[in-house]
Amino acid sequence: MIEFRNVHKVYEPGTHALNGVSLKIEDGEFVFLVGPSGSGKSTIIKILTAELMPTSGSVFVNGFTLEKIRRSAVPYMRRTLGVIFQDFRLIDNKTVYDNVSFAMRVIGASEKEIKKRVPYVLELVGLENKSRRLPHELSGGEQQRVAIARALVNNPNMIIADEPTGNLDPARSLEIMMLLEQINALGTTVMVVTHEKELVNRFTKRVIAIEEGQVISDGMDGYYAYEEE
Amino acid sequence: MKKNNIGYLLREGVRGIFLHGFMSFAAIWVTVACLIIMGTFGLVLFNLNEMIVELEQENEMLVYIDDTYSEAEAKSVGSQINLIANVHSAQFISREEALASFVEEQQDVDLFAGLEASTFRDRFVVTLEDNSKMRQTEQDIRAIEGVADVTAHYEIAEGFQTVQQILNIASFIIIAVLLVVSMLIISNTVKLAMYDRKDEIAIMKMVGATNGFIRWPFVVEGFILGIVASALAFFLEWGLYNLLETQVAAVDSLNLITIVPFIEVVEIVAIGYAVVGFIVGVIGSLLSIRRFLQV
Repeated sequence: MIEFRNVHKVYEPGTHALNGVSLKIEDGEFVFLVGPSGSGKSTIIKILTAELMPTSGSVFVNGFTLEKIRRSAVPYMRRTLGVIFQDFRLIDNKTVYDNVSFAMRVIGASEKEIKKRVPYVLELVGLENKSRRLPHELSGGEQQRVAIARALVNNPNMIIADEPTGNLDPARSLEIMMLLEQINALGTTVMVVTHEKELVNRFTKRVIAIEEGQVISDGMDGYYAYEEE
Repeated sequence: MKKNNIGYLLREGVRGIFLHGFMSFAAIWVTVACLIIMGTFGLVLFNLNEMIVELEQENEMLVYIDDTYSEAEAKSVGSQINLIANVHSAQFISREEALASFVEEQQDVDLFAGLEASTFRDRFVVTLEDNSKMRQTEQDIRAIEGVADVTAHYEIAEGFQTVQQILNIASFIIIAVLLVVSMLIISNTVKLAMYDRKDEIAIMKMVGATNGFIRWPFVVEGFILGIVASALAFFLEWGLYNLLETQVAAVDSLNLITIVPFIEVVEIVAIGYAVVGFIVGVIGSLLSIRRFLQV
């Protein structure tokens, strides 16, 4: 479960990125976070992953209270989240298998656990036959699947996808969304940050719209409902 | 750290060296260069110091024995002189020997032909362990019964001490400066290698790796680089030293300069290089990684 309570974020030269954001996402939900660029979406993700601290307000992430979190506890908080980026962020000289197993190794998983878990996750994202390939040998859609597998492999409570389809064509984008939907069906909370209107409107999901650092709509009625008002 | 991680961290450290072959190569040779400069400087100073110690020991005190003592009695005073802690050696010279060497030193030997041994006193040539305590030792010797007089050259002893002190301070400062310089160069070299991997570090942070975990492979890498560099520097220094030794021996036909054989300092040089290589490698990587961990 994540919750923002009246969160403000002011950057140094007086730029107000968030102006009292309050929102709550329960375990098992699938949520789109939408808004134009500069609306504060990226700031929300950075606060969720403890890259930034809120200026005021409270943030709760899977049992951690972020404004009180100790530096040494941050890695453990991050293990409850799986983050996916627009630019995939894979390690170029590691194979698909190693990119995924790497995420398990760095949190101290045993070889036995890795051998059991990685093939399962690769199968889930449909890459079981490409585990020995290097990222540059894969298509963009496949690379994003590797990133999803990496985000999933440590069994996080929540997947945060930051513009996951920004670099993909519409068909690949839809595939990635359906994969995320499938992952959500298996019990993982999913939050997709995007500004792709058509894609969002193909799914009947909760849509939280942000503009100028505030939540301007939150409901099941699709993308940019507020625009039409 | 969990046990199943150690193998992985070591493997990653070694892999890093080969992955960033050029940077590793550069870091190693920069370290080797610094170590050789430092080592050569240290060894030159060490040799100078040894030479001074040797020259110092040639600064002798002459202890004259009461001329009423027989030769056997005079010799017995020697055992008391030897009891003084600072006395390195006390060599007995009888009146006859003193006369012979005196006459030998004169240009006109015939002029002194009639000189009798009784004109001279029995004496001891005394060398000291530590010339800085010369005055105290002289007093101790004078207190011995049967000692008539002592001559000593303080100005020479004190001159040597001043030279030695200046050398020690200078060598300390120069080695410290070189140490800091090489640490900074290595830290920067490792920083470049790490910049190459900043994405990897960011990913590690994002999936929840602890700072300790991220740091270890770099520390292992720095450690291996440092140790390889110190091993290379050690063997190069050895070759350089032997070359210098033969060159000096070829030029210095009068044997004015004595060079300590490398084999006598081999342990100090090896340990010194290993310690400096270790410190420079490990601290160098720790210094440069700090910045990258603040994600």
